[in-house]
Amino acid sequence: MQTFLQNLLNGIASGSIYALIALGYTMVYGILKLINFAHGDVFMLGSFMGYYGARMYASVTHQPGAPAPSWAMAGIILVFAMLVCGTFGYLNERIAYRPLRSAPRIASLITAIGVSFFLEFGGQFVFGPDPKFFPTLIEKHRLNFFGIVTTSYQVIVLVVALIFMVMLQYIIYGTKFGRAMRAVSFNFETASLMGIPTDRIISTTFIIGSVLAAVAGILFGLAYPKIDPLMGIMPGLKAFVAAVLGGIGNVPGAMVGGLLIGVVEAFVAGSSFSTYRDAIAFVILILILLFRPSGLFGKAQAEKV
Amino acid sequence: MRKWWLKDIVLLIVGLAVLVGANYILQVLPIQGMAYYFRVIILIGISITLAVSLNIINGHAGQFSLGHAGFMAIGAYLSAFVTYFYASPYLEKLPEGLNRLVLQNVFFLGAVLFGGLCAAIAGYLVGLPSLRLRGDYLAIVTLGFGEIIRVIFLNVEKLGGARGLSGVPAWSNFIWVYFFAWMTVLVSMRLIKSSIGRAFLAVREDEIAAEAMGVDTTRYKVQAFVIGSFFAGVAGGLYGHYLAYLNPAMFTFMKSFEVITMVVLGGLGSISGSIVAAIILTFLPEGLRMAKEFLHMNSDPRMVIYSILLIVLMLTRPQGLFGRRELWEILARRKDTVPKETRDQDKGKMNRTSGPSISE
Repeated sequence: MQTFLQNLLNGIASGSIYALIALGYTMVYGILKLINFAHGDVFMLGSFMGYYGARMYASVTHQPGAPAPSWAMAGIILVFAMLVCGTFGYLNERIAYRPLRSAPRIASLITAIGVSFFLEFGGQFVFGPDPKFFPTLIEKHRLNFFGIVTTSYQVIVLVVALIFMVMLQYIIYGTKFGRAMRAVSFNFETASLMGIPTDRIISTTFIIGSVLAAVAGILFGLAYPKIDPLMGIMPGLKAFVAAVLGGIGNVPGAMVGGLLIGVVEAFVAGSSFSTYRDAIAFVILILILLFRPSGLFGKAQAEKV
Repeated sequence: MRKWWLKDIVLLIVGLAVLVGANYILQVLPIQGMAYYFRVIILIGISITLAVSLNIINGHAGQFSLGHAGFMAIGAYLSAFVTYFYASPYLEKLPEGLNRLVLQNVFFLGAVLFGGLCAAIAGYLVGLPSLRLRGDYLAIVTLGFGEIIRVIFLNVEKLGGARGLSGVPAWSNFIWVYFFAWMTVLVSMRLIKSSIGRAFLAVREDEIAAEAMGVDTTRYKVQAFVIGSFFAGVAGGLYGHYLAYLNPAMFTFMKSFEVITMVVLGGLGSISGSIVAAIILTFLPEGLRMAKEFLHMNSDPRMVIYSILLIVLMLTRPQGLFGRRELWEILARRKDTVPKETRDQDKGKMNRTSGPSISE
């Protein structure tokens, strides 16, 4: 029972990171029907901005070596990473995807792969290919709930992820921008005929997705402090699987999918099949798609002739 | 009935002769660092096999597959299994000589074909359930299968597991690599002019209309998948036996991305486009390596430049280098505006290629 709860807790912590990344995938796919393969690497960029942000913070405040952990610093670094990733998300859409919007969809898929390569190899070139240790932004405490050991980090990851998910939910269902976004996702052409500035909506969607990826990157750095330029590939792919699992284009679905993948992975990692950890997400994906092709929460779409 | 296969056999013999000649010339050329260029040329040949085989699935049948690296891994590992555990120990007992050399190549051919066959069976097993899905869903499921295959090989201790399998006999050479590249191109070109190929195109253009016209879409989609997987497996076998080393990390979905990039960059459905793009994209990182050495740079920006070039190429030619046409159609365009493909559809030719199998 104890190991069961322990695995569940670990799974929820990593699952909420997957969920944050999955939101970016699902929003972009919902609007443009584009699998933004570069999204996982934006997550990596977020982590590295946390790393370099902490170093910059240390040199500005004249603290040699590692800066002392504090909430203020964590907040500043989080905002810094969000700004950089948001800018990157905007430029990415503007330069690599917008010119191809009327071209065959596969063309933008290839530029997405190109941008992904650019971030991975550019990361290796600029940051160096060797892993780096993410700084301690906040002091770490060990918590003990009735025998289940956890760290304050896991709680922070969960809480921060939840805050951002609730904020996103509010943006999408409670604001004018969110209504416009849903309209564009429902029917691109009709939305533009109704006077919705589709270009601006799409840019903003990319910015929001990238900002969420930055948050996920910082949280990942806190919880698993070894970061390298290729770290975004696997979490990015699994987050996409999570988005498909929940029904792609469906925001609550992405959250549930992310948590589900995280929890199942934690259980597999804790069992005797731990070496199959990377495959389990895809096994779930295949089973889901074969029996419920629109995902857990997606609506089945009738085929139009 | 004319014996149409005579032309292919002549082509094959001429091709083989050209290959043997080219192999000889390349080996005696007095260029410094020739071994390195030779290596690049062989890798290009393997890329051509991969790109043209994926073009059958993605370009001709219009099914978006991202799992090519997985089928390549199956071919690589299973052919290496045969040569590493059975063929190589057997040959070592034999005395040196022509006999042994011939046997080695026979075994190698058998092993590579075995690897391709296993990949084709895997393609059938994967394709049958997943080809019910369309577009992006199919892409992500094939990607998932590719990753699952890789993780399985990661866990097979007998084939090296995560450490990789070193000591795979290095039996692959220029002639074999380009023989199979040639075979892939030949099969692909014959296929597209056959009734199967026509069915592929129908499925690609409009699946619902094709189904309404009586084309068994599932059957043809699976066929395209099986044929493509077979040649991917063959390419894997050639790759493993050329590098003499195998590691599951060589067959991640990054490899699939590389191949799909070649196909799309060349123009989906264009065989010559796939070949040209395979040459460009395999040579590009190596060419940039030469530039880097020439400029005496310390760090290595070549893959960054590669990715930027990829984006720029795609932005400037979203339909691929050749679009859906072939190289010779573009060259002949000024003379005749009607595409060659439609001109060929006279009755005699239709009869000639209407059989359901290519080995009549």
